[in-house]
Amino acid sequence: MTTDPTRLAEKMAAPTAPKRTALDDSRGYRAFRKVNAVVLLVVVAVTLYPFVNVVAQSFSDEQHILAGRVNLLPRGFNLETYKVVMSDSAFWNSYANTVLYTVTATAISLVLTTTYAYVLSKHHLKGRGLLIGISVFTMFFNGGLIPNYVLISELGMKNTLWAIVLPNAISVFNLLVMKAFFESLPKELEEAAAIDGLNTYGILLRVVLPLSKAVVATMILFYAVANWNSWFSAFLYFDRSDLFPVTVYLRNMISGASTATSVGGAQSDLTQINSNIKAVTMVLTVLPIIAVYPFIQKYFVSGVMLGAVKQ
Amino acid sequence: MSVDTREPATAPAGPPQAPPPKRPAGNRRTWRKAFSRDWQLYSLALVPLLFFLVFRYLPMVGNVIAFRRFVPGGSLFGESWVGLRYVNMFLDDPTFWQVFGNTLALGTLTLLFCFPLPIVLALLLNEVRTRYFKRFVQTVSYLPHFLSIVIVAGMLLQLVSVEGTVNQVVKAFGGSPIAFAQEPDWFRTIYVSSEVWQTVGWGTILYLAALTTIDNQLYEAARIDGAGRWKQTWHITLPGIRPTMITLLILNIGTFMAVGFEKVLLIYNPLTYPTADVISTYLYRVGMVSNNFSYAAAIGLFESVIGLTLILSANAISRRTVGTSLW
Repeated sequence: MTTDPTRLAEKMAAPTAPKRTALDDSRGYRAFRKVNAVVLLVVVAVTLYPFVNVVAQSFSDEQHILAGRVNLLPRGFNLETYKVVMSDSAFWNSYANTVLYTVTATAISLVLTTTYAYVLSKHHLKGRGLLIGISVFTMFFNGGLIPNYVLISELGMKNTLWAIVLPNAISVFNLLVMKAFFESLPKELEEAAAIDGLNTYGILLRVVLPLSKAVVATMILFYAVANWNSWFSAFLYFDRSDLFPVTVYLRNMISGASTATSVGGAQSDLTQINSNIKAVTMVLTVLPIIAVYPFIQKYFVSGVMLGAVKQ
Repeated sequence: MSVDTREPATAPAGPPQAPPPKRPAGNRRTWRKAFSRDWQLYSLALVPLLFFLVFRYLPMVGNVIAFRRFVPGGSLFGESWVGLRYVNMFLDDPTFWQVFGNTLALGTLTLLFCFPLPIVLALLLNEVRTRYFKRFVQTVSYLPHFLSIVIVAGMLLQLVSVEGTVNQVVKAFGGSPIAFAQEPDWFRTIYVSSEVWQTVGWGTILYLAALTTIDNQLYEAARIDGAGRWKQTWHITLPGIRPTMITLLILNIGTFMAVGFEKVLLIYNPLTYPTADVISTYLYRVGMVSNNFSYAAAIGLFESVIGLTLILSANAISRRTVGTSLW
């Protein structure tokens, strides 16, 4: 199996169906292919519809949404809601928080995952099996919500960045992906570097990492998207709304909590947040992901395959 | 747990570390020698090990508060032993049994739909000959996987709201609008269908990868023997992806008890508790809302132990019967 993620992705994109001969083109099979194409188009439509719908709502007038007239296209087209949401300082504050948390958490995760994966990739290392076992076991058994909460509280990390950055610093799945990648690198390079007088740290920094740009990029993507999307740690460990990431801001808005009433200014007496404001917030939250999605998708796919193949 | 078996398939005999004949009797690698030789490697492992110790193993030990009286602000491990008090408490708790049943129901339904559907989709995708169409369908179907669960819940609640799209379809067929999000009878349907929406495309990745490894000659041979499309799929394609299917089945079984905690928490409400409340959301309310930490920890421990037992048994059964296992 090829181990370079980009090549894996190409291989996956290549036509995989076995070559068919004329013999194979029975009438039944041709009919099947037409049905199949229709089925897949339906899958595409169903998958995309919620996105289209939420975008349409974000540009629509509240009355039209409430009357159930907004489906694929905006009704009562306006950009007012975007202006309202984007002029809300709480929204931008939570957006900035998300960026800060994502960048910090990704950086820390990357350093820890890389160093540990590198250690685990050394087959000669005594105790390696134990080190792997310690990490893999946590995939199947964990302390659970309450002991984790107690721990974070006791460590005094509530309402600090650390509460969401540290407890999930290493994803074992990512660790295994990276370990598999390091194992696939030619040993001779590292041996040559060692003969030239580089120590372990030097080999890792100056030989292994430059060769691992593809997998490092994959890891950055995995961690960044996971952190961008996460909400529960922040929801659990933060009491102050000025610390909320945008996901928690959105969650409070969806559940109609009062923290979001600042949006809409004069209408703050509304207990229910307008549907179009919710839609705009959703669109703005998901926008960075959608924007990079086409470019990152193949790296994700190859990363998942790499992790699975080597598991 | 044996770890050697997690090696790549190309090295089934275990890691190539010092095969016996090469190792002179008097030169056995001791820990001291290993440390003096590889101390730099071990030093790199220190911080990650500290992470696992503090954030993974300490909470496991912290579960002792399930058997001790915990006072907020007091010791991490509780104040005094109370034995099985909290275990008995949930065994006698009617709400616990209700949420236990809900967990089983949601877990079973999720397994029933979210495990086979990616296989079906992968098989359908595999029959597509137009490369661009195939890639287009894949790209679109992966998309929901990249969304925050908060966004998914938001979209879902909009779609099933009284004025939402689903109700427009209902009205178009002459029905009267239903407040889906408030109806306990609809919760499972909503949960499972959104779960399918979110995971089915992403779930095809590994199957599509497995499909590429099937030898084309098998199909040619089958055609010469007169096998039609269905027979080829049944006798070659499906057996070809069986190891992948089993691996994913074991993993799915392992997450059986942990049914989408975050999603349930986001989309349920007191009206839908009768069907929506699962063990993890109940323990969240007991622990975080009612501050009964020891009781919640006991429930959580029970949940984790069942989860671990499930994955261990699934793995053992699969190894005995079909010879494929995670480790």
